[in-house]
Amino acid sequence: MRSNFNFFSDQKFRSLFYQVLVVGLFALGIYYLTITTAYNLEKRNIATGWSFLNNPAGFDISFSPFLDFKSTDTHLKVYYVGVLNTLLVSFTGCIAATFLGFIVGIIRLSNNWLLSRTAYVYVEFCRNVPLILQIILWYSILLLMPRIKQAIELVNGFFITNRGLYSPRPIYESGFSIVFFVFIVGIIASIWISKWAKKRQERTGQRYPVLWTSLGLIILLPLIIFFLLGSPMTFEYPVLKGFNFKGGMVIRPEFIAMFLALSIYTGAFISETVRSGILSVTKGQREASAALGLKPTWIMRLIIIPQALRVIIPPLTSQYLNLTKNSSLGIAVGYADLVHGFGGISLNQTGQAIECMVITMATYLCISLIISFFMNIYNRSIQFKEK
Amino acid sequence: MKKLLSIVAVSVFALSANAGTLDDVKNRGFLKCGVTTGLAGFAAPDDSGNWTGLDVDMCRAVAAAVFGDSSKVEFTTTTGKSRFPTLASGEIDMLARNTTWTLSRDVNLGFEFVGVNFYDGQGFMVPTSLGVSSATELDGATVCIQTGTTTELNLADFFRANNIGYEALPIETNDEARENLFAGRCDVFTTDASGLSSTRAQSDNPNKWVVLPEIISKEPLGPLVRHGDHQWGDVVRWSLNTMIIAEEFGLTQANVDDNMNSNIPEVLRILGVEGGYGEMLELSNDFAYNIIKQIGNYSESYERNVGPDTPLAIGRGLNALWTDGGILYAPPFR
Ligand SMILES: N[C@@H](CCC(=O)N[C@@H](CS)C(=O)NCC(=O)O)C(=O)O
Repeated sequence: MRSNFNFFSDQKFRSLFYQVLVVGLFALGIYYLTITTAYNLEKRNIATGWSFLNNPAGFDISFSPFLDFKSTDTHLKVYYVGVLNTLLVSFTGCIAATFLGFIVGIIRLSNNWLLSRTAYVYVEFCRNVPLILQIILWYSILLLMPRIKQAIELVNGFFITNRGLYSPRPIYESGFSIVFFVFIVGIIASIWISKWAKKRQERTGQRYPVLWTSLGLIILLPLIIFFLLGSPMTFEYPVLKGFNFKGGMVIRPEFIAMFLALSIYTGAFISETVRSGILSVTKGQREASAALGLKPTWIMRLIIIPQALRVIIPPLTSQYLNLTKNSSLGIAVGYADLVHGFGGISLNQTGQAIECMVITMATYLCISLIISFFMNIYNRSIQFKEK
Repeated sequence: MKKLLSIVAVSVFALSANAGTLDDVKNRGFLKCGVTTGLAGFAAPDDSGNWTGLDVDMCRAVAAAVFGDSSKVEFTTTTGKSRFPTLASGEIDMLARNTTWTLSRDVNLGFEFVGVNFYDGQGFMVPTSLGVSSATELDGATVCIQTGTTTELNLADFFRANNIGYEALPIETNDEARENLFAGRCDVFTTDASGLSSTRAQSDNPNKWVVLPEIISKEPLGPLVRHGDHQWGDVVRWSLNTMIIAEEFGLTQANVDDNMNSNIPEVLRILGVEGGYGEMLELSNDFAYNIIKQIGNYSESYERNVGPDTPLAIGRGLNALWTDGGILYAPPFR
């Protein structure tokens, strides 16, 4: 009898075949795109290559809190400044959004009608108004702050203007490093103590005032040392000289607008994640812990949140990714993020559109992958561990 | 596999081998022209939504040359940043957007500037109340600039050369820059002097603003096309030249019809009565007549959009004809 064997009826072969096919088509597509692009660029006399990265930028970037940037620096440095500015607003934004999200998520579940309604209105408003409008709204409000010459002094050395919030800048003198050292030691000691306290509690049931000891070690002790050493720190105050304040520190309205808009917008999404996470913990758990006589705050902290976190973390990760990617809207208010500086000004001044876009996109990809990586590690660490 | 590769190669070729721009424009039935997002006097929609301005007239002149109808234009707004990719990608046929002719744009970006329709230079504008009288007094000032422009490069050069510090606030469009300036977020606005006049004219009280005397750069602004399509480049170049030559010969919208049997030979050549100059450009022989009839000569366009009687009130200066003390000059029509 003739064998009826057909390759396609073999499931293993079939799946392998389709996978190879898909990968092959994908590779072909990429190849096609690359040669078409190269051909067209050549035909339009558009120069390509990476050497422009080492050419002087020729323009200034004023918002560069971490690196000193001059117009004679290279486009590569423009890139670094952009990455740092993107990371700055993303990182601070994620932290603020998380706090806001957890607080609002919990408030929405509170029995207080007014509180939960207010939280509801906030969430619905912020989730449904396009982010770019919120950024522009915040920026417009900040521009209404007093002009530089009419700056309002809040307390000694703190000024509000529409060019930013100015504050005194601490200047560390010799001896401050000791204070800093004590501070670090305090943190390490606190971590150790909290571990020890936990073990002891598991063993003996006795509790230890971890919070107070930690505060004492991290804040009080360094403070005492600080004063014992005769306050080795002075302040440089901002003073209005000519067109602007000189000295001190400043937070620019472009940054504030981005920070507020990103964290408030994303915070609304996170609060929904938190709410659904908390609701996913069955009512029985709550009732059981109440029956054991736990205080409501303890129930939240010891029973509900640890279980809810398992549900919250995966969507929280994607909110972090969203926030990071949304920070690319900086150009709306002139915030010098990666897309505005390198992906915008450098691109335009050099005309190397493809190169700049490839680098910019690859960078966002890297940042996103790094965030995912760490969030996944965290996620795994809080998952339910079978004994 | 070989066959597959050749299919790929052929389709690549088909994708990129586009016909000449002039044929594309004719087949499409209208011209696609890139202009600013709004700069009164150069390109901005008027009260009834029609685009008007010096750069807009440049676009319309080309439409008049190609179609005999200056209304056959679709305007695309471009920012300082988006203008070059928009032109390079073929989304527009030409760009007339206060764009400075520079070496790198001409060569490295793969464009071709066909001429200059406004000789400009970069200036500074500050609130009168600041009491500043020279740009060298601007040490420590916050400066609003438009990104993706020659402006930001000149600015960095100027402050570096004078060894004074400043803080740059890079902004995408002229409108946003104006709002920031008016709100006091920056002390100074710097751009092409014509753009300053335009911005100043839009303030509720223009006297609150002074333009400082320093002009720190040469900004020859002109229309540009993609490099390599010389036929199309010629069409745009001679549309511009026609407007300048028409001014030299005193041909205006009003009198052009009376000049059809002028006794000046060059006028007869311009108006297509003698010679086949339009045909050389693959246009109709009355292309120049259509430009003059529908748009007018350079001076008419200038006076209508940016001249002393408009809110911008910019004198002719360098933009006067070479015979009137300016540097506007076009090669002969022959
Ligand atoms: N000429 C300079 C500057 C061009 C430019 O952006 N000019 C401003 C003001 S003069 C403008 O046209 N703004 C209109 C807009 O923002 O769309 C260049 O080509 O880079």
